[in-house]
Amino acid sequence: MQPTKEQSLWMYENMVVSRRFEEAIEKIYLEGKTPAFNMANGPIPGEMHLSNGQEPVAVGVCAHLDADDIVTATHRPHHQAIAKGVDLKKMAAEIFGKSTGLSGGRGGHMHLFDPAVNFACSGIIGESCGPACGAALSRKMQNKPGVAVAFLGEGAANQGAFHEALNLAGSWTLPVVFVIEDNSWGISVPKSESTAVARNDVRAAGYCMPGHYIPGNDPHAIFDIAGQAIARAREGNGPTLIEVETYRLAGHFMGDAEQYRPEGEKDALFAKDPIPRMRERLVADGHAAKDLDALEDRAEARVAEAIAYARNSEYAPDSDALTAVYV
Amino acid sequence: MLDQPTNERRLTIARAMAEAMQQEMSRDPTVFVMGEDIAGFGGIFGNTRGLFEEFGKERVRDTPISETGFISAAVGAAMDGMRPVVELMFVDFFGVCFDAIYNQMAKNTYFAGGNASVPMVLMTSTGGGYSDAGQHSQCLYGTFAHLPGMKVVSPSNAYDAKGLMTAAIRDDNPVVYMFHKGLQGMGWLGTEAGATVNTPEEDYTVEIGKAKVVRAGTDVTLVGLAMGVHNALKAADKLAEDGVSAEVVDLVSLVPLDRETVINSVAKTGRLIVVDEDYHSYGVSGEIIATVTEHDISKLKASPARITFPDVPIPYAKHMEQFCLPNPDKIVAAYRKM
Repeated sequence: MQPTKEQSLWMYENMVVSRRFEEAIEKIYLEGKTPAFNMANGPIPGEMHLSNGQEPVAVGVCAHLDADDIVTATHRPHHQAIAKGVDLKKMAAEIFGKSTGLSGGRGGHMHLFDPAVNFACSGIIGESCGPACGAALSRKMQNKPGVAVAFLGEGAANQGAFHEALNLAGSWTLPVVFVIEDNSWGISVPKSESTAVARNDVRAAGYCMPGHYIPGNDPHAIFDIAGQAIARAREGNGPTLIEVETYRLAGHFMGDAEQYRPEGEKDALFAKDPIPRMRERLVADGHAAKDLDALEDRAEARVAEAIAYARNSEYAPDSDALTAVYV
Repeated sequence: MLDQPTNERRLTIARAMAEAMQQEMSRDPTVFVMGEDIAGFGGIFGNTRGLFEEFGKERVRDTPISETGFISAAVGAAMDGMRPVVELMFVDFFGVCFDAIYNQMAKNTYFAGGNASVPMVLMTSTGGGYSDAGQHSQCLYGTFAHLPGMKVVSPSNAYDAKGLMTAAIRDDNPVVYMFHKGLQGMGWLGTEAGATVNTPEEDYTVEIGKAKVVRAGTDVTLVGLAMGVHNALKAADKLAEDGVSAEVVDLVSLVPLDRETVINSVAKTGRLIVVDEDYHSYGVSGEIIATVTEHDISKLKASPARITFPDVPIPYAKHMEQFCLPNPDKIVAAYRKM
């Protein structure tokens, strides 16, 4: 399954938006955190898990989804949220903790919820899987269209929640796709030292579903396999497990010194940065460089607008902390 | 036994719960039930009996033994427009799946700024007294009530059981529905007779967050829930033999907690004894006493007392477990020390 010209450009644009967004967040995150780094300070406090390098997974999968489909995301959710169509301005404002944020500042960057596009998060490893099964079950029981995609990291494939969810999805033939973003690091522990199998796609066999491994962090290859899996789910043929080789270009969180990385690994990863590679491919496919320049400018403007919106928004009253526990 | 009037039906709590689910499932196609052994088996504790036969296996869904999987699936289904009633067979099993409960079910509404809701019921059995030992006999009321974002109820009788279940299913928030095994009315376990009461056939709700004065009195307030209410009522009978008038408050709901009814009762009686089968420390009993003392300590004529389970795992041997459990005599003795 190959993307149309429009789908290719959509993927590239969302990758660029995600990257520019995170570059902006990275810069602002450091405000108020120098000379001494204290996570609690600055306009964006708390942990910050950047997803730069992992954009191909989000766009290759979400290119096949519309607003009505469900995505459950991880503690590293920006690229997934952007590709799913979460409102960028409200998302930025949420990360700034402002009243105009998705939850008015109650959730923050690990808890992005946008019911308008059926996007939910969990900051707990592996906990995207069960809710995706439930949403898929809901569609099946209500005879409504829609598939659920659970994103998770390769470390989450060692959680019980992952295995329980795969068994449920397999037993109940649910329209759900599990997408593992294998960036090869669970914070500081490499996949090779934490996981009994070299590739998690083989685990699909234990749950009677197809498993695919996609090397190379390649948006087109991801588009192909994810498209097949999502079509399979839509047709009522049940779940699929996909593991994608991807690259975490940043630390686990901002402030991570990454001393666990072997010498030269980061340089090698940056040399394979998927965004310039995607642009090269688009040019080779006949897209005009000036059109891609314009697309990049548009992406940058969108990000600038979202960041300005977040910066200029007000904080909610302190006492808003006490509301919205119940509906 | 005296003949009951023909227009009154006495139901067990198990039957009352099942009837509430049956009526809500008939009324609302988004309601469904899932859990371990809840379909053809009718629930280990009888509370889903008859549902499978009427609604079939899609809406009365046996699950694998995967509490994390199916409870977090219920969260996802609830956020997508369904109203799942999901069973955690024994509350003691929360240890294998608590993330789904307190990090997802209870928090997603807040994380969504109130723009999403999680309308689900998590029903779970509590309580001991039948030598099932330390992993099948706990109450853990305080554990669930402590964590924000979920309502917590526990009925003491079939009337409340039905009305609370109906209210819980219709509630747009997650409700933890804790039913005490010793009140359930199962063939294989003795049941507190007072739990089986007249229960209307038509649907109705019992308000979540409203306590009930189930016996009026003037000398001491006995506060409990579920089995604690029955222990308190029996103690009140014993105290009455000595001319002491005890008022008994059934909390019905822990979250929201009806502090006002407790405060008003103690304002009248001046004495407070809390009966709680959960562990002694850091729990419901301490919360009730703090509620009264924070409000107006001058209303108390004596230090409050609490009859609770000691801070030890629940022992197996019958004599040791009974030694630890609350009972009417302990309540009477506590009053006499006041």
